[in-house]
Amino acid sequence: MDIKAGLLNGDKRACARLISLIENEDAQAVELLKELYSMTGNARVIGITGPPGAGKSTVTDKLAKLLRKRNKKVGIIAVDPTSPFTGGAILGDRVRMSDLNTDPGVFIRSMGTRGALGGLSKAANAAVKVLDIFGMDYIFIETVGVGQSEVDIVKLADTVVMVMVPGLGDDIQAIKAGIMEIGDVFAVNKSDRDGAERTATEIEVMLDFNRGAAYRPPVVNIIAKDNNNIDKLMEAIDDHYEYMQNSGNYKIRKRNSLKTEIIDIFKYNVVKSIEQKSENTNIIDQLVELALDKSIDPYTAALRLLKELRSTES
Amino acid sequence: MFDKEKIAQVKKATDNWNDTVIAKTIAKFPERKPEFKTSSDIEIKRVYTPADVEDMDYERDLSYPGEYPYTRGVQPTMYRGKSWTMRQYAGFATAEESNKRYKYLLEQGQTGLSVAFDLPTQIGYDSDHPLSEGEVGKVGVAIDSLKDMEVLFDGIPLDKVSTSMTINAPASVLLAMYIAVAEKQGVTPEKLSGTIQNDILKEYIARGTYIFPVEPSMRLITNIFEYCSKNVPKWNTISISGYHIREAGSSAAQEVAFTLADGIAYVEAAIKAGLDVDEFAPRLSFFFNAHNDLLEEVAKFRAARRLWAKIMKDRFKAKSTKSMMLRFHTQTGGSTLTAQQPDNNIVRVAIQTLAAVLGGTQSLHTNSKDEALALPTEDSVRIALRTQQIVENESGVTETIDPLAGSYYVENLTNNIENMASEYIRKIDELGGAARAIEKGYVQQEIQDSAYRYQMEIEKGERVIVGMNKFKVEEAAPKGLLRVDPIVGELQARKLADLRSTRDNAKVDAALEALKKAAQGEENLMPFILDAVRVYGTLGEICGVLREVFGEYQQTVIL
Amino acid sequence: MDRPIRVVVAKPGLDGHDRGAKVVARALRDAGMEVIYTGLRQTPEQIVETAIQEDADVVAMSILSGAHNHLFPKVVKLLNEKGADDILIVGGGVIPEDDIPGLIEAGIAAIFTPGTPTSVTIDFIKNNLKRN
Ligand code: B12
Ligand SMILES: Nc1nc2c(ncn2[C@@H]2O[C@H](COP(=O)(O)OP(=O)(O)OP(=O)(O)O)[C@@H](O)[C@H]2O)c(=O)[nH]1
Ligand SMILES: [Mg+2]
Repeated sequence: MDIKAGLLNGDKRACARLISLIENEDAQAVELLKELYSMTGNARVIGITGPPGAGKSTVTDKLAKLLRKRNKKVGIIAVDPTSPFTGGAILGDRVRMSDLNTDPGVFIRSMGTRGALGGLSKAANAAVKVLDIFGMDYIFIETVGVGQSEVDIVKLADTVVMVMVPGLGDDIQAIKAGIMEIGDVFAVNKSDRDGAERTATEIEVMLDFNRGAAYRPPVVNIIAKDNNNIDKLMEAIDDHYEYMQNSGNYKIRKRNSLKTEIIDIFKYNVVKSIEQKSENTNIIDQLVELALDKSIDPYTAALRLLKELRSTES
Repeated sequence: MFDKEKIAQVKKATDNWNDTVIAKTIAKFPERKPEFKTSSDIEIKRVYTPADVEDMDYERDLSYPGEYPYTRGVQPTMYRGKSWTMRQYAGFATAEESNKRYKYLLEQGQTGLSVAFDLPTQIGYDSDHPLSEGEVGKVGVAIDSLKDMEVLFDGIPLDKVSTSMTINAPASVLLAMYIAVAEKQGVTPEKLSGTIQNDILKEYIARGTYIFPVEPSMRLITNIFEYCSKNVPKWNTISISGYHIREAGSSAAQEVAFTLADGIAYVEAAIKAGLDVDEFAPRLSFFFNAHNDLLEEVAKFRAARRLWAKIMKDRFKAKSTKSMMLRFHTQTGGSTLTAQQPDNNIVRVAIQTLAAVLGGTQSLHTNSKDEALALPTEDSVRIALRTQQIVENESGVTETIDPLAGSYYVENLTNNIENMASEYIRKIDELGGAARAIEKGYVQQEIQDSAYRYQMEIEKGERVIVGMNKFKVEEAAPKGLLRVDPIVGELQARKLADLRSTRDNAKVDAALEALKKAAQGEENLMPFILDAVRVYGTLGEICGVLREVFGEYQQTVIL
Repeated sequence: MDRPIRVVVAKPGLDGHDRGAKVVARALRDAGMEVIYTGLRQTPEQIVETAIQEDADVVAMSILSGAHNHLFPKVVKLLNEKGADDILIVGGGVIPEDDIPGLIEAGIAAIFTPGTPTSVTIDFIKNNLKRN
C-alpha cells in the first residue's frame, strides 16, 4: 500500500494504516510524518474529557454531526485504557458513534493507552497530525475518562471540553483540583436529570476562585442524548478558540506544547538508544548491580549512561 | 419454631461430627473439591440441620399455599386442582406456516399458545425494510399488519385459548392486532386471556429487541396497564422476565434480583402515572428460567415469591392479596443445552421441568433437544412436550404441594437467595432504580462477569458439561434440522405491496397522523394504535411514527 | 509479533444474542488483543467501515439468528471491494454444519459453533493472520 499517496488522496485505509504504524513505533511512520509535517496546522483540535460515563462519546457524536451539517470533515480519536496485565483492551467508544461510521467525511479511530498515563495514548499526538494531514477540519480526542490526571489533553487540544454530570457528589471535589486548569469549556451533560442546575452552580463557584483571569470558561447545560444545546456548546468552543487567537494565548499554548513534544520525543529517543545499546553491552544491568552493592549511586549511574550514549554517537 | 436448647445441642453435635467422623474420613478420602458452590456462589455445606433454619417461623416465612407470603405457591390447591399450562414457544416463517404449527400443538394436548415473532417484527420494521433483509421469518413469524394476524389465528377460537406473545417494544401494536382479530371472530376484549411480554427493561439488559428510549417505553407500558385494566381485564399486561437475564449469563440470585428490581420500576412508573396499585398489580406476571441445579432452582422460585409479596405489601402498600402473588411462567434453560450429543438435552430438560414444577410454576415451556442447533423440529418439540406430560402424570411430584418445603437445605437456600436478591435490590435503589442502574451498565456488568466466569470454568474443566468438555464422542453432523425458506422475505414483501395498494390509504394516513399528535401529547396511545391497526396500518408504519416522536434507545455497552 | 492484534468484534443484523460475542471479546482482550466491540444491529457497511478505520487485523462476527448466509458473505464482499483483503474474517454462533462449507467458500476463514472453547478461537486468530 502506498501510504503517502493514499493519505493525500483521501484513502481511509492509508490513513488508518499510518496510525497503526505510529502506534507500533514503526520507523517508516516517523519518516512520513517528518516529510508531511508542514502540511499540519489546519485542523482545530478539541479535547473531550470528564469522568467515566459522563457522556463524552455521546457529546463527541453530536458535535461531529453538527459539524457535518456545516460540511466540515471530522476526525475522532477515542482512547480507552489498556490492561496493564495482559496488554489487551476493549475499545468501546465507537458504539455511541455508530451512524457516523459510514459517513465519508468522518474518520473514527479507537486507541488503547498502551501503558501511557495522563489520559491519552502515546501515539495520540502523532495520530492528530495524521488526521490533520488527511484533511480533517476538526479533530476530537476523547480521553480515557478515569477522572484524575488527564492532563495530557491540554498539550494537544486547542480547546478542552470538560463534560460533567449532575450528582457527581464528592467526585466533583476530587476532580476539582485538575478542573480549573484543564477545562476551557464546561458542559453539564444529562441536564434532563435533577441537580443539573446545582452542578452548574458548583462549577461556577469553583471558577469564581479564579475571578481575576482574562478568560472565564463558560458553563453550558446540555442533554447530549437528545441533541439539546449542542449548538450552544459548539458556540462556546468557537468563542474560546477566538479568544485564544485574539489574545495571543493560542501561540503561547502552541509554543508550550511543542516544547513538551520535542522534549518528550527527545526523552523517548534517549531512552530507546540506551535500551538498544544495553541490549549488547548489558550496561544498564551492570550499573544496577553496582548501585545495588553501593559501589556507585544512581545519580552517577545515570550520568554514566549518558556518557556511554554520547561515546557511541560520536 | 425450634427449641433453643435443642438447636444448641444440634450445633454441638454437628461440630462434633465434623471434628471426628468427617475429619477422619476426609483425611483418608478427601472430598472431590475444596469447595462446593451453587451458581449464585453460595457455599454448599456438607449437610444441613435444623440449625441452618433456626430462625424460621412457619407462619411468617412459609405459611400455606395461596397464603401470604406465598412461599409455598400462589394457589391453595396447586397442581392437585389443575396442572400448569403447557405452553411451547413457537413461530417461524409466515403466518400460514405458524398457524399450522399451533394447530398441531393444540392437537397434541398443549393448552396454551405462545407466539414467537421474527426479529424485524420485534424491532418494529416491516418485512420490506432494508434492515429486515435476511431476517424475515427466520426466528419467528413475520407479522406486518392485521392481515397476517388474521391468518395466524385462523380457526383458533380466541375466547377458548390463552395466548402468550413474546413482544416487547411494539407490544401495544401486537396487542391491538390481537384485539382486532378477536373482534372479527366476534370475541369481545373482556373475554380474551393471555400475556404480552411487554418488559422493556430486560430488553435493554439482556434481550436486545428495544426500540424507544426509557421514558416513552415506560409510558407505552403504563398505557397498556391502564387500557387493559378497563377493557381487557383478563389479560396479563406484562411478563416481567428473568429468563433472558439468566440466559445472558446471570446466576440464580441475580435472576431474582434484577427481575424484581425491574418489577419495582414498573410498579413505580404506573403509580407515578396515577394508577392505583391494586388496579394493575394483579395483572403483573413473571417469567423465570429453570436450570440444572435442581434444588437451587426450587429455592429460587420460592424466594422470588416471598420477596415479591413482601415488596408489594411493605413497599407499595398493596391491599389486594392478588397484587402480592407472584405468578410466573417458566422456560427451561436453553443455554444449558449442548450442540454435542443433543439427546442428552432431553435429560437436562427433564431435570429442569422438575425444578419448575417443584417450584410451583403456573406455566412451562420445555426446550427441545435441538436447541443449540436450530429452531426445533416438530418431532423434537413433541418430546419436549411429552417430558412435561410425564412429570405431570407419572412422577408423583404433583400430588402434594411444595414437597421440598422443610428440607433444611432448601429452606436455607431459599433464605440465602432472598437475602442476596434483597441486597442487590438495595444496591440498585441506591443507584437510582433499575432504569438508572441499566443506563450505568451496572446490571449488565454483573451479568457479564457471571457469564465470563461460567465460560472460563467450563474451559478450565472446573465445570463439567457432559458431552461437551467431558465424556465426548466423535459425532456426525446432525441431520434433519428445521430450515426456514429464504423466500419468506419475498412473500411478505409481496403481501405488503398488495396491502398498500388495496387498503384505504387516506384512512391509514389519518390514523397515523392522529397517533403522532397523541404521542406528542400525554394521552393513552392504545386507542390510537387500535385505530391505525384496524385500517391496516402496518407495524412498521406505526412504529415509524413513534420512532419519529420518541427517538431510539442507545444501548450501554459494558465489557 | 509484539504489537497487539486488533480485532473488530461485530454483531451484524438484528440479532440480539450478544452473550457469546461478549465472552469472546473479553477472552480476546485477556489474550492481549485490542478489541473494538461494535454493539448490536450493525449493517455490513458499518462493520466494513469500522474495520477499515480501525485498521483491524481481524473481523470477528457473531450471528445466532439464522441470518448468517445473508450477512457474512456480504461483509466479505464489501471488504474486498474496498481493497481490504488482508483482514482475517471469522464467524461464530448457531450455524448449521451444512452451511459452513458455503461460508468458507465465501471467504470466512473459520466458523466457531456452540461449545468451542475461546482458546481455540484465540489460537486460530494468532496462527492465521493475513499480515504481520
Ligand atoms: C442465550 C440464548 C438467548 C438469550 C440471549 C441472551 C444474550 N444477551 O445473548 C435470550 C433468552 C435473550 C434469547 C432470545 C432469543 N433467542 Co436465543 N438462544 C440462546 C441460546 C440458548 C444460547 C446462546 C448462548 O448465549 N450460549 C452461550 C454462549 C457463550 O455461546 P455462543 O453464543 O454459542 O458462543 C460460542 C460459539 O458459538 C462461538 N461464538 C459465538 N459468537 C462468536 C463470535 C465470534 C467472532 C467467534 C470467533 C466465536 C463465536 O464461541 C462462543 C464460545 O464458545 C441459544 C441456543 C444454544 N444453546 O445455543 C438460543 C438460540 C440462539 N436462540 C434462538 C432464538 C430463536 C431466539 C429468539 C430470536 C426467539 C424469538 N423469536 O424471540 C430470541 C430473540 C433474541 C434476539 N434479540 O435476537 C434460536 C436461534 C435459531 C436459529 N438460529 O435458527 C436458538 C438457536 C434456540 C433455538 N434452537 O431455537 N436467546
Ligand atoms: N440521561 C442522559 N443520559 C445520557 C445523556 N448523554 C449520554 N447519556 C447516557 O450516558 C451513558 C454514557 O454515555 P457515553 O457517551 O458512553 O459516556 P462516556 O463518557 O463516553 O463513557 P466512557 O467512555 O465509558 O467513559 C449512555 O448510556 C448514554 O446514553 C444525557 O444527556 N442524558
Ligand atoms: Mg466514551
